[in-house]
Amino acid sequence: MRKGAKAKAKKAKKATKREAPRRQAAARKKSATGRARAGKAVKVIRGVVPTVPTARESELFAELESLASYIQSVKSEIATIRPDEVKEDYLPRAADELGAIVDATAEATNAIMDAAEIVERLVGKTDADVGGKLHNATTMIYEACGFQDITGQRINKVVRALKDIEEKVDKLIAAFGGKAAAGSAKKTMNKKDGPITDESLLEGPQLKNKGSSQEEVDALLAGFD
Amino acid sequence: MAVDMNMNVLIVDDYKTMLRILRNLMNQLNFTNVEEAMDGTQALEHLRQKDFGLVVSDWNMEPMTGIQLLREVRGDDKLKHIPFIMITAESKSENVIAAKEAGVSNYIVKPFNAETLKSKLVSVLGDF
Repeated sequence: MRKGAKAKAKKAKKATKREAPRRQAAARKKSATGRARAGKAVKVIRGVVPTVPTARESELFAELESLASYIQSVKSEIATIRPDEVKEDYLPRAADELGAIVDATAEATNAIMDAAEIVERLVGKTDADVGGKLHNATTMIYEACGFQDITGQRINKVVRALKDIEEKVDKLIAAFGGKAAAGSAKKTMNKKDGPITDESLLEGPQLKNKGSSQEEVDALLAGFD
Repeated sequence: MAVDMNMNVLIVDDYKTMLRILRNLMNQLNFTNVEEAMDGTQALEHLRQKDFGLVVSDWNMEPMTGIQLLREVRGDDKLKHIPFIMITAESKSENVIAAKEAGVSNYIVKPFNAETLKSKLVSVLGDF
């Protein structure tokens, strides 16, 4: 080492020795500030999440725990019911069966009317008394055949209800983590709520004592005059 | 004025069976020119093609319902005079009121019988 460099190093060492107490004091100060800050943070956290929960909180935690285990057991139960099977098999099959009923009754009704029309054509070819009776009988047959329209509408209502159930099952599967998609379920609002719209007026045949009789309709219409 | 039994009558229903029933009952009442449509849109096409003296329509049809057809008819200067009877299973009072407000001439609740049909026809067209 050259003479100049040696002197420089000696000087630096001296300076370091001189600075040491000041650095140590600064470090102590810094450490104390850190401890104070941590203490403050702990205080804040304790304020929010006390280490020892109150009795009410314990009760709440217990409730949440039992709720979680209830949801878990419902999930298992739903899985055993196989909602996917209900959606993909039972519901469509039921809808198909109902559709077949509509078709079968339509076919039978047409056959009945074929026969009634044949009878009606005989009305003019027989004497007035018999002709009158045949005419009345065919009228009664035509009137009775109206059942097909009514049952058809009722069955279509049931089919629509099945489709709603299908969409709800779909949502249930999705909600419980199933693979089935939530689907684009249309909103099935209670038609009795909200304003009267064309859609809300479409309900189809009413059950006995639910809708209006012809007499009640007539009275209602008369009220407009 | 006597009812013209040869006038064109349009019956509208999406159930073929009901169309057949209505046609037969109308024929029994001596209305001979009965035409059929299976929804409101089809009915409007018929109504704009020739003169009709009466429309007897179901309510619950797609794509155009009976009430929509009624509103179209009442909103059309050339058609608004045509008597319009609604014949439907929709029997809630809200329906009857809505139909009346739209300009229905009369309202028949399904299931109906020939006597009710005749009495409503008489009330709309006059005695025959």
